[in-house]
Parts: sequence; C-alpha cells; structure tokens
Amino acid sequence: MEKFTTHTGIGVPLRRSNVDTDQIIPAVYLKRVTKTGFDDALFAAWRGDESFILNQPAYQAGSVLVAGPDFGTGSSREHAVWALKDYGFRVVIASRFADIFRGNSGKQGLLAAVVSQENVELLWKLIETEPGKHITVSLEDRTVTCGELTVPFEIDDYVRWRLMEGLDDIGLTLQNEEDITAFEATRAAWRPKTLPAKTEPKVEIEAARPVS
Amino acid sequence: MGTTLAEKLWASHLVRKGEDGAPDLIYIDLHMCHEVTSPQAFEGLRLAGRPVRRPDLTIATEDHNTPTLDIDLPIADVTSRTQIDTLRANAREFGVRIHSLGDADQGVVHVVGPQLGLTMPGMTVVCGDSHTSTHGAFGALAFGIGTSEVEHVLATQTLPLKPFKTMAINVDGELPEGTTAKDIILAVIAKIGTGGGQGYVLEYRGEAIRSLSMEARMTVCNMSIEAGARAGLIAPDETTFEYVKGRPHAPEGADWDEAVEYWRTLTTDDDAVFDAEVNLAASDLEPFVTWGTNPGQGLPLSASVPNPEEIADADQREAAENALKYMGLTPGQPLREIKIDTVFLGSCTNGRIEDLRAAAEIIQGRSMAPGLRMLVVPGSARVRLQAEAEGIDQIFKDFGAEWRNAGCSMCLGMNPDQLAPEERSASTSNRNFEGRQGKGGRTHLVSPLVAAATAVRGTLSSPADLEGADLLVGASA
Repeated sequence: MEKFTTHTGIGVPLRRSNVDTDQIIPAVYLKRVTKTGFDDALFAAWRGDESFILNQPAYQAGSVLVAGPDFGTGSSREHAVWALKDYGFRVVIASRFADIFRGNSGKQGLLAAVVSQENVELLWKLIETEPGKHITVSLEDRTVTCGELTVPFEIDDYVRWRLMEGLDDIGLTLQNEEDITAFEATRAAWRPKTLPAKTEPKVEIEAARPVS
Repeated sequence: MGTTLAEKLWASHLVRKGEDGAPDLIYIDLHMCHEVTSPQAFEGLRLAGRPVRRPDLTIATEDHNTPTLDIDLPIADVTSRTQIDTLRANAREFGVRIHSLGDADQGVVHVVGPQLGLTMPGMTVVCGDSHTSTHGAFGALAFGIGTSEVEHVLATQTLPLKPFKTMAINVDGELPEGTTAKDIILAVIAKIGTGGGQGYVLEYRGEAIRSLSMEARMTVCNMSIEAGARAGLIAPDETTFEYVKGRPHAPEGADWDEAVEYWRTLTTDDDAVFDAEVNLAASDLEPFVTWGTNPGQGLPLSASVPNPEEIADADQREAAENALKYMGLTPGQPLREIKIDTVFLGSCTNGRIEDLRAAAEIIQGRSMAPGLRMLVVPGSARVRLQAEAEGIDQIFKDFGAEWRNAGCSMCLGMNPDQLAPEERSASTSNRNFEGRQGKGGRTHLVSPLVAAATAVRGTLSSPADLEGADLLVGASA
C-alpha cells in the first residue's frame, strides 16, 4: 500500500446524509473480478443527473470528498472504496462513517477523516463559494485546511500509523503465526469443520422456467 | 463486574491482545464466501503465493448474481458467468468446498450455513457480506467484512479488530398477532436510526425475543447492520440447541454434550453493564413498513407518509424530502393506500421455510390483485425442496406467483430479477436504498405477512385487512 502523509486536492461538497454503498456503486457494477476500473461506476445513478456535483466542471477533478453524516452505510462491498479511489479520491471527510466502510478504506489507503458536522458545514461553504478550491489533509497533524480554515479530524491511531507506513495487514498478522497455531491447538473438538463435507442426501433441483 | 455475551465471545477467540493501540487478533471459526466479494481476495493470495490457511473452516456458495430461472442453462449474462466461473476455479485451486448453482445445498450463504449446521453458538463467523450478522441469532459473533479482510481471513484465519461496544436491545412483552420479527427489527431501526448502532454489537433480549423461533431470530439479527451495527446477538437457549441438533455438521454423542454444556454458559451475566441500552415494548408494535430510502425511514402500517416540514432535524428533513421525491409519495398519504406493482418474498432476511409458510397461509384460497406480480424466491435450494414437499409451492403457483430457484435475486437486483424505473415493490428483503432493486425502483420493506396481504389487496396491507381475517394466525413467523 502506498504511504499517506499529506494530500492536497479539489474539495467536492456532497450535501447528503446516509450515502449508502449502493449509491456509491450500484450492485450491477460488482460483477467484475478485478480491483480496478470502477471509476465509471462511482455514484452511477446520480452521474446521469446534469446537476450532480461531479458533473460540474470545477469539481470534476476532485480528490477530497466532503460528505454528510453516516457515509458508506449498508453493503460491505469494498468496491465502494475502489470506485472512489479509481475516480481519484484520496480522502473522504464526514462527521460519521459506517464501520465496514471505514475499515475497508483503511485497508486500501483511502483516508476516512472524521470531522465534526459543524466543521463539515464550514468546509462546504468554502468549497461551494469558490468551486475548485483546494483542501489539504495532513495525516501527520490530523488537520484539514481550506484557505484560512484549519480544523482537526479524528482517526484511529493504529489505522493512522498503518496508512503513514503503507503497511499490509496480512504481513503484520503473519508475524504472529506462532500465536495462531498455538490458539488452534486449544480449539474444542465439537467446533465444526466444512471438510469433509456433510449434507442431507443430494436431490436433483428442478430448474424454474419463465412464466408466459 | 460480570461480562456481556459479546465480551465472552471476544475473549474466547483472542489469539493475541493488541498492544500500544494495536487491534486484538481474533480467531475466525467459519468463513463463508460468495462470488461477488471473493475474486479479488483469491487473486491477492495468488499474487502473494499464499495458500488458504484453513480450507476446512471455509465454504463457498453461489448466490448474489445467480439467475432464479433456467438454472440448468449457461448463465446468459457474461459478466455474471465470469464471476461464477472465477469462484468455481478459485474453490478448485485453493481446495475450498463449494455449493454451486443446481446443487441441493446452494443458496444464500446466510441460509445455507445454519441449515448445514455449520453455524453454532459460541463461534466467530465472517463473510464478505454485511448480512453475516444473521448468524448472531445462534449466539455467535458474526459480522460482515470487506474484500481485503476476506483475503486476510483466507490467509490467516484471523482478523485484527478493535473490540466493539455493547448495546442491549430489550424487547419486553408479547408480540400482538400479525406482527413478526421483521416488525421488531424495523421498529428498532426506526428508533435508533441507521447510524445508531455504529461501533456496537447489539444483543437482543427480553421475553419477545426469547419466544421467537430460530428463523425469526435470524430475521432480527440479519438487519442489525441496517442500524449501523456490525453484529447482532441473541443468547443461545433450548430453541437454539433444538434447531442445531441433528443437522449435518452438528456435533454428536459426547461432543454434543460437551458443546451444549459450554453453550449454556453463553449468556450475559446478570451484573454485566452494557455501553448502551434501548427498550421496546413488543405489545405496542404493529406491522411496520418503510416509506423512504433507508431502513430507518419506517412507520406502522396504520400511519401516513410523513411531512418533511414537520421534521425538526435539518439533515433528517432533507433526507425525507429526497426520499419522498425518489419514492413518488405525498405527505399525508395513508401508507395503506400505496399501490404496489411487485411483491418480492425471499432474501437472507425472510427467505426461510417459516417465512414461506406464513405467506402461503395468508394467500391460500385467495386471489392475487389484478396487474400485480409476485416473485417467491426460496433462500436456498433446500428451502425450496422443503416447500415443495409441503405443497407450499402449489399454493403460490395457484395464486399466480412465480416460484423461482434460490438466490439473493431481487433483494439487490444483481441478476435479471429487477424493478423497472418507478416500479414499486413490497419486499421482504432488507434494504430500500435508491436503485437497490433496480435503477429507479421503489422499495417498501415489509414482513412476509404484509407481503402476502399486499399481494392480495394490491396496496400495502396487513393480514387483518383481509376478509375473513379472523381465521388467520402467524404471530410467530
């Protein structure tokens, strides 16, 4: 994962609360088996609306999304993070994030910065008054700066450290492989195993047909 | 001070305690995979040259994008087919058990796991799907994860996690007739909001919860995520043990006795303190339906579409305005008068045999509202077989409903089962987000009983609205 220290880019105001991951990327775009190429799918339903913020030229090259509370609710699809990254976003700012979305962001190097709603409102005003205005996000200082305004943001210490170091979780965990093996030796015999597979007797499943 | 059930489950799976702000390392007992959130995870393993650490704790099914018609023919949609083929190839390469389309154990992961007896009390269960919270109904710590975490579990059988906070949801009293587990959870979400559970594990407690069947408990836990919670829990009891016993992977003999003895310890201690508590009186509940575009925007069926102008909170007001515009609804319109085009009975929320039985009981001997379509999609191939053995399929067919093969289907519209723009559904699924069931589609979340009554009357209805309603029961569904 690429290291993240600070980022400066165009701020995009998204004045909506409860932006769920179905809005960030509709399910029809989840059929790909790759991790990239989702930029066209980002906010797909809203992109058809001319007045949508990303259809306005001043915001099109945005990389810092400033959204309403409860961003990323709903489905666990990491595709939401991939789509935001593919489009060019490096930071999402909101007063509250859904847990799974925030976790997914941290794994993929997208910074989910928690800023109070009061300060989100101030940021919205600034980037709406002056479309295309830049926002600087310093992970080192935990601050968001837009013009004269500098506000703090919250992020879990560990996630911050991992982002700044660009570390991969699996590699970190495998450093403790002995602990995992030791734990496995203590597991009770009744705990189920998927293999060898056990099922009720296999029966033929009849295919349903279209009703004329 | 005592500990909560969630804390006990955490402690019993702790591989390594995190130091200096690092997360704890938690062992995962069961990992379920499906075609949509796993391909990039397997690809990650391949690139790093890593094996699946515990194929014997891993299982895959095909559910999200699979068709519910003509399942014996090649999947028409090329990208869907590629995704399914990719899962099959990955399962083969990494030695993971898979139940493919056409197999008797294929179906929605959250229906298949419990029915095989792979979900049990005291476990940790994960899947790259937010509705993994379903398995919490067994007293298991079960939660959805993203694809990076899927790869992490495949490689290490663990996850680095910070402890969750705990919230008690106390549902006391008795559910009135015609109300169900779905109405409980929709009322809970309306009460605490779609963000109310963020960072928490919800433990559902109280008389109304204890009296629910195992399948109804799964319905409640399933939608914990819609309140923002990672997981929902219900302490195991005789109902749980009875459900697990005799299933293909259930422990036997001395193992069974040992397991049950342990499972009986899986309760929240009397003197344990939750980080938050919410109380709900079951006797006040009515059939609940959603009117908006998030699961928290719900009301009793007897209410009317709310007026955004009367909502004090600016955010909520704006969300309500957007929702009404999208849903094509007018403030003050009685919910009972909303005309429905399509009824969807199915999903990991309400696609189990009890759900189908409850709906069939309502429609039996009645006819479908003119112009309406009804899709009945069993949660798994086994549920479909069971329904056919009971003759329930015939009741649906006689009524004019379409009797489909198992899968996620119209819950998320990844397969051809979708709503057209502005088409309105009464759906037993879990999400009424914009475009969830098809671009421009309008979703009202309902219980199986309301879905069935709605299919008869053509507008959002409860069984009590039907003629001869006194003959009806089904409060346990």
